[in-house]
Amino acid sequence: MNDWQGKDGQMTKTIKGISAPLPLANVDTDVIMPKRFLITITREGLADGTFADLRFDNEGARRPDFILNKAPWTQANILVVGDNFGCGSSREHAVWGMRQLGIDACIGTSFAGIFYDNARKNGLALPIVSHQTRDLLLRFADDDNGAEIEIDLINRTITAGDIDAPFEMDPATQTALIRGRDDTLDSLEHAGAIREYEAGLKSKMRVSVIK
Amino acid sequence: MSRTLYDKLVDAHKVCDLPDGDMLIYVDFHIMNEYTSPQAFSGLDTKGLDVWRPEAHLAVVDHVNATRSNEPHDAASKLLIDNLESNCTRHDIAFYGLGDQRQGIEHVVVPEQGLVTPGMLIACGDSHTTTYGAYGALGFGIGTSEVEHVLATQTLRYKRMKTMRVLIEGDTAPGVTAKDIIMKVVQVVGAGGANGFAVEFAGSATQNLDMAGRMTVCNMAVELGARAALIAADEITETALQGHSHSGRFTYNGESWHSDLEAVFDKEVTIAGGDIEPLITWGTSPDQSVPITAQVPVASDYVTPKAKAALARSLNYMGLTEGQSAQSIEIDTAFIGSCTNSRIEDLREAAKILTGRHVAAGVEAIVVPGSAMTRLKAEAEGLREIFEAAGFEWRPEAGCSMCLAMNDDIAMDGERVASSTNRNFEGRQGRGARTHLMSPAMVAAAAIAGHLADVRDFK
Ligand code: SF4
Repeated sequence: MNDWQGKDGQMTKTIKGISAPLPLANVDTDVIMPKRFLITITREGLADGTFADLRFDNEGARRPDFILNKAPWTQANILVVGDNFGCGSSREHAVWGMRQLGIDACIGTSFAGIFYDNARKNGLALPIVSHQTRDLLLRFADDDNGAEIEIDLINRTITAGDIDAPFEMDPATQTALIRGRDDTLDSLEHAGAIREYEAGLKSKMRVSVIK
Repeated sequence: MSRTLYDKLVDAHKVCDLPDGDMLIYVDFHIMNEYTSPQAFSGLDTKGLDVWRPEAHLAVVDHVNATRSNEPHDAASKLLIDNLESNCTRHDIAFYGLGDQRQGIEHVVVPEQGLVTPGMLIACGDSHTTTYGAYGALGFGIGTSEVEHVLATQTLRYKRMKTMRVLIEGDTAPGVTAKDIIMKVVQVVGAGGANGFAVEFAGSATQNLDMAGRMTVCNMAVELGARAALIAADEITETALQGHSHSGRFTYNGESWHSDLEAVFDKEVTIAGGDIEPLITWGTSPDQSVPITAQVPVASDYVTPKAKAALARSLNYMGLTEGQSAQSIEIDTAFIGSCTNSRIEDLREAAKILTGRHVAAGVEAIVVPGSAMTRLKAEAEGLREIFEAAGFEWRPEAGCSMCLAMNDDIAMDGERVASSTNRNFEGRQGRGARTHLMSPAMVAAAAIAGHLADVRDFK
């Protein structure tokens, strides 16, 4: 399904920028957004919390050896990441924080399911590539000349120097990222179907929680 | 056509297909906590939306609350708790707050209150919602935007996953618990090895587990990346459902909640029950585990430089040396709690080890029952006396506590914890804290020995 002419004129067809290598496997949401930043009732103010224990030492000073603290990667808006990125808890704060830090995409071989869905809701693209492509991109990103990567969301390809590789992304996620629409409002257009489903529910399954 | 249990559950809840390839699925029941729901309610407000069906939701306070008393320990946690209560009041949603006899860790409370039955679809803004698979129900974790979506529509956008069956065949040895079974599965399949899969646990070792054991297994399935975990409903499930006010029938829409005999899975994994030993984790990912009788790995166990470097990084964080024997690892703290292992059955197992024994000098030992009801039951059975006589601190209030240290139960930098929880990530129990995952009985054994110990030596 390639109907990109949605009602909202604004569409994200490509993501372009400097990429930073973050090769660690199993980077979990506690690492992306430590719990001390979760005591909040808003979505804002999470940029500082993002990768906080990797970016800052116990005194709050920047760790000079961490990739996102070094030029040119201080400008990076794309991460090339290790396997199983985003595992662990469901906290969407991890994605909000990455977006607030200016990250538009993470390229990896596999992502945890809830993280993947959270990313889609917030315009964070997660192209899935083969191990071989990922390792090539890690090397490309590691190169400190600040060359850019381009992610083509419509054709599902990544271009970086000599590298020209396809990526995987399910069509619903692809559409959501390109169109950037609100899922809740979109789904309410199916209110009739939901009511019809409910009408067919056996009474036993109509949970009614005791207050 | 033969179908898997997972496919039956998805089919039964499908509302309609969507043009982009997703479907809308109906959520029978939705649970919220205080830290992943505030922004969902504000989303509703911004968009001017109401809650679709208020009686299908339950909110429980569990992540940030103190467990020493039922008063919030600081202003920030009070704000989160009060915010949840006022959102629930405004939208007419059931709220089990501090001091309520039904309060506790969400995944302990829900089965205890009889709110889960086979065939249901349950969502919650928490990854361990896989727990409900123990009842043949489809439970899965969602993010805050999806919490908003369920509140507003009682549905979710959903994509069918691939299916994996994990067969655990044959009897397990004495001393091996449900926790060891799931830790073994995580070790074999790997963290993230089931990304994109719904996993069904089957085989005689699975079927022999009681409901508490099945919940432990399904709970930690998320540690292998499974978005959903399932165990077929059977007589054990049916018996457990008796007497609960909400318990539904054993079938729903005429379905039996198990996979058809000829159902085909996308992937099959078989583990011999007899090969499982009591396990402990040595690293910072739940798949980094060894039998308690073994040693921490050495670099030569790994082939690639990347894997060797990962080992070095984990050992450095954990303050361990290559090849060190598991039982030589000395602990500072013993923690029994969490949605994986804080049910009455878990407390009984730990109490058996603690009876007539005492915690080693220098070890701080804490037990946090999973819910107020669990605590009351344990106290009525005399378990509190056993824990306290052994030198454990018995917390009067229920919650997640040191499982993720969002309250005031935080392990210090470098502190080593034997823990009945589910995640040993860097910083999980406190910045710089070192977590070793194991069964609650093994935590009790470690507390007594002062170092990681084999529960089978404590007859
Ligand atoms: S006990 Fe731990 S894993 Fe379970 S819901 Fe609470 S924080 Fe999450």
